[in-house]
Amino acid sequence: MISIRNLSLSIHGSQILRDVDLEIAPGQVVGLVGESGSGKSMTALALMDLLPRGAKVAGEMDIDGAPLPHGDDKAMCALRGNRMSMIFQEPMSALNPVKTIGEQVAETLIIHGQAARAGAMEIAAQKLTRVGLPQDKFPLDRYPHELSGGQRQRVCIALAVALHPDLLIADEPTTALDVTTQAQILDLLKELVAEAQMGLLLITHDLAVVAGMADHVAVMKSGEIVEQGPTEALFRGMAHPYTRALFNASKHHPERTDKVTDAPLLQVTEAVRDYALPRTSLFGPAPKFRAVGGVSFTLKKGESLGLVGESGCGKSTLTRAILGLEPLQGGEILLNGQPVTPKMAPKRRAGLQVVFQDPYGSFNPRWTVERLVAEPFHLTGRPDDWRNRVRAVLDDVGLDADTMHRYPHEFSGGQRQRIAIARALILEPELLVLDEAVSALDVSVRAQILDLLADLQARRGLAYLFISHDLGVVRGITDRVLVMRAGEIVEQGDTRDVFSAPQHPYTNSLIGAAPVIPSAWQEAQDGQFMV
Amino acid sequence: MLRYILIRALSLGLSLVVASWVIFAMIEVVPGDPASFMLGLNAQPDTVAALRAELGLNGSFLTRYLGWIGGMLSGDFGTSYTYRVAVSELVLERVQVSLPLALYALILSTLIAVPVGMIAASRRGGMADFGIMGATQLGVAVPNFWFAMLLVLVFAIQLRWFSAGGFPGWDAGLFAGFKALTLPAIALALPQASILARIMRSSLLETLHQDYIRTARAKGLSMGQATRRHALRNALIPVLTIIGLQFSFLLAGAIIIENVFFLPGLGRLIFQAITQRDLVVVESVVMLLVFAVILVTFLVDITYALVDPRLRRRA
Repeated sequence: MISIRNLSLSIHGSQILRDVDLEIAPGQVVGLVGESGSGKSMTALALMDLLPRGAKVAGEMDIDGAPLPHGDDKAMCALRGNRMSMIFQEPMSALNPVKTIGEQVAETLIIHGQAARAGAMEIAAQKLTRVGLPQDKFPLDRYPHELSGGQRQRVCIALAVALHPDLLIADEPTTALDVTTQAQILDLLKELVAEAQMGLLLITHDLAVVAGMADHVAVMKSGEIVEQGPTEALFRGMAHPYTRALFNASKHHPERTDKVTDAPLLQVTEAVRDYALPRTSLFGPAPKFRAVGGVSFTLKKGESLGLVGESGCGKSTLTRAILGLEPLQGGEILLNGQPVTPKMAPKRRAGLQVVFQDPYGSFNPRWTVERLVAEPFHLTGRPDDWRNRVRAVLDDVGLDADTMHRYPHEFSGGQRQRIAIARALILEPELLVLDEAVSALDVSVRAQILDLLADLQARRGLAYLFISHDLGVVRGITDRVLVMRAGEIVEQGDTRDVFSAPQHPYTNSLIGAAPVIPSAWQEAQDGQFMV
Repeated sequence: MLRYILIRALSLGLSLVVASWVIFAMIEVVPGDPASFMLGLNAQPDTVAALRAELGLNGSFLTRYLGWIGGMLSGDFGTSYTYRVAVSELVLERVQVSLPLALYALILSTLIAVPVGMIAASRRGGMADFGIMGATQLGVAVPNFWFAMLLVLVFAIQLRWFSAGGFPGWDAGLFAGFKALTLPAIALALPQASILARIMRSSLLETLHQDYIRTARAKGLSMGQATRRHALRNALIPVLTIIGLQFSFLLAGAIIIENVFFLPGLGRLIFQAITQRDLVVVESVVMLLVFAVILVTFLVDITYALVDPRLRRRA
């Protein structure tokens, strides 16, 4: 039994956590949900005594009634990995790239003196097999870079549970993974909890994940737990307004007005995209990987088209070809009947703009918003009234004109995405490509951006190509959807039809893998959120 | 791994060929006749003609190039015009001083820099870090010949532990040889160690912020264990690059230190050859140095692959 009482935390004087109470019993899954910056991860790191420098902690944290020896690093080292373990969000970087997976799992045993090297490797093999990495396919001498994200997360789980800890903390363990992989990892965690009677503190921003996993849920906001209780009761009750707001935002479907015309805007015909692989021999042609194999579809003016698929399915490759950044090896892409290629005239690019996932990464940090938003004018030549146009488009996306002279770092994630949308709209394109444009945003901000996109579409008659791995979002904002797998479109149709009656088994498995809040729990809520 | 080595070796060979073109062209094709250049302005025409014949300058460009390369491959580097001995003999004599000196300095510099960089990184912002950063700043800024003079003043003149210069030759015994190289090696190593320690520090700090260090800590490793077992090897990759570059510099760039300590090294040989316009020596020694530098780069590339498994499959 782990218990936290009155945990408060400040880092360099700013208050991060306030009076947090939490208990995790053996075999229990406790979900800790909240938006980014709410203090979820800090709660976990406080428990592990792995807080950044300058952290000041107050409150009590016990393990089986004995206080955790915080501040005594030697004693904490004996507990970490042994009685309490932790896995993290980014499986791609959580493992040491220069050590084999066997060594990294065995290290947990060796460091705690539970086995010598040979014995530890043997146990590591068993643990890896247990988490779904059997020795015949994933021998101990594999390196992390030879595994996929989901497989790496399994290695992290194996090394975390190697010594049967009392508590496993999983900090957004599946956020970086595809839905089907997410479902498998969550199942694995659930099994391990039941098998070893281990307590699991599951930290996530995703209410649906918590609904399917946790016995007990705590909702965190600005460093405080605003509501906690048994999962079902909490979802049925939603006593705190913040819980309800979070729930509503995650279910949010913007109101859309249908302006689809019959005129084709973007026509993709038998598009093929090959990549050269590393050479296997010094001479002869390099082998090729077909990332996109003969994709065809049409996007009509004013239409909102979704493109869904898991990582590696070719959707980003296809997007780069549609943006005219990379050449096709076969087929053609037409925008308003004109071919889209890397060599097309800059003016033609003006009809087609893009918004990416990470708005901060796509801005030059030394430029003002005015200059950032006006940048696309280099395609067409800058008009005399460009400042007024920047002001107008900022107004369109809900930003004040006084933002023009500020720099990207002065804005929140949602505001930055508004700036990115403004930049994409300044040339009044007919097609906006939204490449995971809302994936990095918190649910409440995401809901606002989706509303903005729906509103802009209604006012300007824009067409959207909405690329996302998040089925819920695609469902809310698109008219039609394409499901992509291994470089091919396996299913396409009206969004409503595809989601309610998927034809292809892959679509079916995608929809099935996406975590949902049981509909019975939602009945108590207002009917308007039912889908 | 074998493929990786093969491809690296191929690129080593290609670099050598290109380097030989450049060196040969620079000296043979650049305006002016090498023979009259070597003899100076007041040379008699028949002396120049004799030298031209001796140097084989009357052949075509291609035959001269092939002759030069062929000679070097068979160990014949030509005959020095000023010393009147085989260049190979001259070089061999000098390499016996320069190579041990460079290695000595490199080992010293690495032995100092790696632990010092580690201490600074693990005590980031503390007094030790502050002191080390200050000392290394000084080490980078102060020229090595000044260190050399200081070392001579303290250890040779005041304490009389070492001689102030000269090299007794390896015939005098291994100990005597290394003793004579110790002060020059320290003088060479200190500035190099300062640079290396700073790179070690920043590389380790960056590595310590990686997610896998957090994983290691969550596993129960202490900060020290996590540094030694996980951070060090990853942090060494940029350090290796610098070590490779430093070795190349130490081999030929020790000229000032060789002069301060009166050491008969390669640096002095090439310096004298240039002032005496002994192009035969310059050409061959430069080619040899290029070979050494490219070989070191090759070795560093192989070490990368040993350190980082991700490089082994890629080529």
